[in-house]
Amino acid sequence: MPLDFVRKLPDGSVQQKAPELWNRIHIDPLLMLLVYATLAYGLSVLYSASDGQIGYVKRQLVYAGLGSVAMLVIAQIPLAFVQRWVWLMFLGGVGMLIGVMFFGTTVNGAKRWLDLGVIAFQPSEVIKLALPLTLAAYLGRRQLPPSLKHIFFSLIIVAIPAALIVVQPDLGTSLLVVCSGLVVLFVSGVKWRYWFGAGLLALGTAPLVWQFALHDYQRGRILTLFNPEADRLGSGWNIIQSMIAIGSGGMEGKGWLGGTQSQLDFLPESHTDFIIAVLAEEMGFRGVALLLVLYFCILARGLWISYQAKTPFSRLASAALVVTLFIYIFVNMAMVSGLLPVVGVPLPLVSYGGTSLLSLFMAFGILMAVATEEPRLNR
Amino acid sequence: MLEESLFRDERRERQISSNRLHLLLLLILVAMAGLALRYHYLQIEQFERFSTLSEDNRVHVRAVAPTRGLIFDRNGVVLAENQPSYSLTLVPEHVQDMQQTLQLIGDAIELSPADLERFENQLQAPRRPFEPVLLRSKLNEEEVARIAVQEFLLLGVDIKVDLIRHYPFDDYFSHVVGYVGRINDREQAQLDRELYAGTHVIGKTGIERNYQSDLLGSVGYEYVETDARGNVLRVLEREHPQPGENIWLNLDSRLQVAVQDALGDERGAVVALDVQTGDVLALVSNPGFDANLFVSGISTSDYNELLHNIDKPLFNRALQGQYPPGSTVKPLFGLIGLQEGAVTPSFSMHDPGIFYLEGQERPFRDWKPEGHGEVDMLVAIAASCDTYFYELGYRTGIDALSSYGYRFGLGHVTGIDLPGEEEGIMPSRIWKQGARSEPWYPGDTINASIGQGFMLATPLQLAQVAVTLARRGDVISPQVANRVGDNPVPMPVVDHIQANPENWDLVTEGMRLVMHGEHGTARATGNLANNYQMAGKSATAQVISVAQGVDYDDLELEKHLRDHALFIAFAPVDNPQIAVSVIVENAESGSSEAAPIAKLVFDSWFAHHPEALQQQTQVTHAP
Repeated sequence: MPLDFVRKLPDGSVQQKAPELWNRIHIDPLLMLLVYATLAYGLSVLYSASDGQIGYVKRQLVYAGLGSVAMLVIAQIPLAFVQRWVWLMFLGGVGMLIGVMFFGTTVNGAKRWLDLGVIAFQPSEVIKLALPLTLAAYLGRRQLPPSLKHIFFSLIIVAIPAALIVVQPDLGTSLLVVCSGLVVLFVSGVKWRYWFGAGLLALGTAPLVWQFALHDYQRGRILTLFNPEADRLGSGWNIIQSMIAIGSGGMEGKGWLGGTQSQLDFLPESHTDFIIAVLAEEMGFRGVALLLVLYFCILARGLWISYQAKTPFSRLASAALVVTLFIYIFVNMAMVSGLLPVVGVPLPLVSYGGTSLLSLFMAFGILMAVATEEPRLNR
Repeated sequence: MLEESLFRDERRERQISSNRLHLLLLLILVAMAGLALRYHYLQIEQFERFSTLSEDNRVHVRAVAPTRGLIFDRNGVVLAENQPSYSLTLVPEHVQDMQQTLQLIGDAIELSPADLERFENQLQAPRRPFEPVLLRSKLNEEEVARIAVQEFLLLGVDIKVDLIRHYPFDDYFSHVVGYVGRINDREQAQLDRELYAGTHVIGKTGIERNYQSDLLGSVGYEYVETDARGNVLRVLEREHPQPGENIWLNLDSRLQVAVQDALGDERGAVVALDVQTGDVLALVSNPGFDANLFVSGISTSDYNELLHNIDKPLFNRALQGQYPPGSTVKPLFGLIGLQEGAVTPSFSMHDPGIFYLEGQERPFRDWKPEGHGEVDMLVAIAASCDTYFYELGYRTGIDALSSYGYRFGLGHVTGIDLPGEEEGIMPSRIWKQGARSEPWYPGDTINASIGQGFMLATPLQLAQVAVTLARRGDVISPQVANRVGDNPVPMPVVDHIQANPENWDLVTEGMRLVMHGEHGTARATGNLANNYQMAGKSATAQVISVAQGVDYDDLELEKHLRDHALFIAFAPVDNPQIAVSVIVENAESGSSEAAPIAKLVFDSWFAHHPEALQQQTQVTHAP
């Protein structure tokens, strides 16, 4: 353990003191630098995507500020405390999901929002963070790789919120939640043969799910993916327009604020889920590559933190958070470029949206805590 | 927990997790590389394609429809014009509560079930987002104002101004000027899409159809930058449309109106031609219909009413009505008989009121049962003696009658600049063999000699015959249009029929005696004309040979079976200026019902053209 090693030196030099300061205030400077660089990049795209309305950028900045505070606060919380009490957050999230079923606000035919008078938010956002942490806390206490019994209980922990989100209906978020749970199981070392078995089972039941479990609009979205031209003005419209925006950007892009697809409103949801199309159109492939590099650095740094984690809980939790972040990035960029069906997934740090930015920063807070965790002594 | 962890092999756990983390890192690397490839494919390899698509999105070529040419009568009176018309459109994407918005609009202005149905259909049909959908057309100023006051409540509601065709004379010119209507699918498939970009109407009948390409003009273009809502942000380039050519017709609206008013409730047709030029001065088919009904789509109920009306207002009798010409052919056949030597000017015969073909028992009766007594050519025309013409026809033979008749314009179209003209029938041996698969019988010739039997002619053809008689052999194709833009429509002389001047004189004198002679069938009308003399010929054409034992309870049906009244004439006799043909359906007597309308045409024309009568006196005194 290099950090431990440094601390054991008899006299600290200047170079060795700096990391110590960061450790004391529980900040990983490299991760923070990367996050704020990406955020700044995203804000410039958001300004262009929101038609030069500075209001969106201002609100996004406010949320980034709140998120930064949340990140710093969470980073200070001892992980042992998190591991012990995170189930409360999970239970609260599940409770709110049940509340949504009865008191939720219906938007576009789906009950996703809980209106608490002061603020309205989506309980599924809480679950996105609480589920991997809870699962990591649960498995962190068990011998790893987990036994079948623990795998079974883990799957139940995953299934309850996932089912509640599916009935909202919000298939996309539900799948993401399931994925974040599976990542915890994966990193915990669940044997390969179980994964293959589960994979075969999923393949076998897929036709049944298609036939009976999916809503018409969900089937439509998947079909649209295979042939967007079939419904040019309906659900195909969004994907065609975003592909045109991306493709017409070329290598150099049309220049900041110069994207005709986005500035002339051909692009739907240009400041939220489809914002990568604005970036691609205006900044070109170079801009996309830059964003991919930034993301990869964040993800790699996150995995490094996970790799260095001191306890099984922190290792599992940080890995799950990093991989969830990756899934968001991948699903969003693949969906906008026509590789995946349209699901409501924002692009982390770039898309406009307060709740997702807040929960993202909270996740970074956990990562910071893991990065700067004191080694727990074996007794 | 602690107890359990005591037994945990942390090194092994860490090892497994680290392996999995390495795998995840690899997976992420591969996936991100995959994303990079995808964006590279779209942005670099497919750049050309998407770049073009993006430009197509942004820049729209918007057709600017030209203004349709106007139509005037010979005196510059407007017969077809373009008027601004307001229509109400909705952009559904901007409407917050469709039901409420429709309710508000419905309270302010009238919305018919047909409007709502069309609107719903358009909403359901595939369409571009943010494209306006038509709700109501032809709003008047008051309705526009009522919508305008509520504008703040009606988000997404817009009022658009178009120019639409308007016919100020409603039904007076519906059969000659015609009308425009929405381009239908069949027309759409045939016409040049580029020429008609932005144009939604096309001439359906009459002058509007015949001169469609002149009236249309040429389309202009605007290259505009639009947003996804179709809102025009700016015009990048503009090419102005060329308005269609204005057309001046030969028609005299005063004459047209006078004639149609004279026909009143009678079904019939009148065609008046300028003898000097072949100009169509009036072309009336009665009843007409309001041409304005068709301009922006006629409603089903209006259309059915027109279609099923017993008087058939949509039927253009002047061009398409084919009637047995009856005795109107007598001057023509008289001339042929003289010219062929079948009769001489001095030939006369005794008419007992009945005629038998040699060796046949079937009688051919004169309209006057007791007969006309001693009859020569003049009396035969003036008193319309059938027996004389049976004899003349018998002597001349069908071959000469039909070839001359054909040259006079019977049995084929006149070539008028109006669509839909019927040919009529000038029967001949060949025609009968072809049409009926029967040989020509001598009795057929006898029937044909008085314009009955197989013979059919349109009112237009009969007017053309009258012009040919007045011009002594010049066959002119009548023309409705005088000038298209700056280009005059030439007067086409189709044929010239050579005949001895004495024969022309004799036939013309016979026609004069119809109007002014002591035996003249139309002397009652002719005697009323005090400042000019006319030449005419009446006819009463049999509609149907009444079958035995048919019960006539229905009075209206009975009226439809009565004989048609026909009349052709020209005036003044000595220096013919105007020729006319008149048909009044089921009016029984040509001389008493149709001749007065012909005289009305002359009177009306000469009242406005007194110089035509002065020339007559000069010419009369010259020889």
